[in-house]
Amino acid sequence: MARAVVYENIRRAGTLLASSALALPLMAMVAPGARAEGMPQLDFGNPYVIGQVVWGAGIFLVLYLLLSRSALPKVEKVLSLRRQTIETDLGIAHKAKTRADEAVAELHTARRNALAEAQANVDKVVEEARLAAARQTEEMNARLAAEIHDAETRIAQARGTALASVREISTTTAETLIHQLSGIAAPADFVTAKVGSAAAARGL
Amino acid sequence: MAAGSSIDALGQFELHPVLGVLGESLRFSQSPMMMIVASIVVLAFLYLGMRPAAVVPGRLQAAAEMCYDFIYNMAVDTIGAEGRAFFPFVFTLFFFILAGNYLGLLPFSFAFTSHIAVTLALALMVFCLSIIVSLKVQGAKFFAHFMPAGAPKALAPLLIPIEILSFLSRPVSLSIRLFANMVAGHVMFDMFAAFTIMLAGLGFFGDVIAVGPVVINIALMALELLVGALQAYVFAILTCIYLREAVAH
Repeated sequence: MARAVVYENIRRAGTLLASSALALPLMAMVAPGARAEGMPQLDFGNPYVIGQVVWGAGIFLVLYLLLSRSALPKVEKVLSLRRQTIETDLGIAHKAKTRADEAVAELHTARRNALAEAQANVDKVVEEARLAAARQTEEMNARLAAEIHDAETRIAQARGTALASVREISTTTAETLIHQLSGIAAPADFVTAKVGSAAAARGL
Repeated sequence: MAAGSSIDALGQFELHPVLGVLGESLRFSQSPMMMIVASIVVLAFLYLGMRPAAVVPGRLQAAAEMCYDFIYNMAVDTIGAEGRAFFPFVFTLFFFILAGNYLGLLPFSFAFTSHIAVTLALALMVFCLSIIVSLKVQGAKFFAHFMPAGAPKALAPLLIPIEILSFLSRPVSLSIRLFANMVAGHVMFDMFAAFTIMLAGLGFFGDVIAVGPVVINIALMALELLVGALQAYVFAILTCIYLREAVAH
């Protein structure tokens, strides 16, 4: 859209210029008396022509002196100040970057050291826990073994006691059964001998 | 300007005394007056531009610094490291001519660069400076440049006069280039402005056609802005080239 407007403006300007060019002969016709009486610039008899050269030399010299001694050094001063400021700022930025890089490196080192230390602590704690657990297990096993041993001892005692009274109970039971079944009181020695042999056969 | 049915396109270049009797006695015309105005404009541009002296520049300061850098780079890139010494001179020359060219485009103003006496004086100043620097830096070797290296000695009687003529034509070409460009531009301005006035006297049809020269003058103004800068640049860069040859060992 904008390009079309530009093209249209160019076309219009072209048309106008072409019209103007075609009108040039007409313009020449209406200005038949265009004068050419010589160039005032070449009239060296005119004192102002040479006068302007003398004035021009002085003005140029003054301009040169003012520019070279005052105006241009001011620009140079500002430019050098800017260069200096930029260089100083860049130096500061470089130093800050170096410090930041060093801090990052230190941070990484500290992080690695802390990680290693933490890992060592964890390993140590785990090992201590493992040793404590093993010790505890060992103590518990020993205690349990002792208790088992005591229990077994008590059981053996109880069993011994129980087994010791088995023959007596069996003899009494056998005498009672014989008596109740036959109504005869069996001799105690006989019953005791029979119970004894039966118990021996069963390993009691 | 249009005077009756004639056009006096060269009348604009006539010099008249200003400041009355004092101007007459001091031969002070509008040309040196515009030189002073141009100098004041250049100095004001730099002084006002650099007044803040800020590390982060404003528009005017940036423009002043840009101009400084432009001429400095031109001088150093063209002349070499020795160009630093000639930088103020090239800067003065460029902006003196540029301001003169541009101030001459203002209505009721005067372009002092449209006078061959002024441009020739500037060109001779550059020419003399280059010869002085050449003789100071190169000594007698300066004259060896008039015999091209490697050329047969038998051609010396032909080549040396040609080289000398070519060397001597430098201020002529330098001055006429600037003078002719400025004169041509201002004459064309005057001619087309006069056409407008003359055509306007032909009634309705003339009024319509009179727009043409106005448009052409607008286009000419754009062209003259370009020419003004270009001629100042050409003058400055040729000065740098002559000085480079002068400082070359």
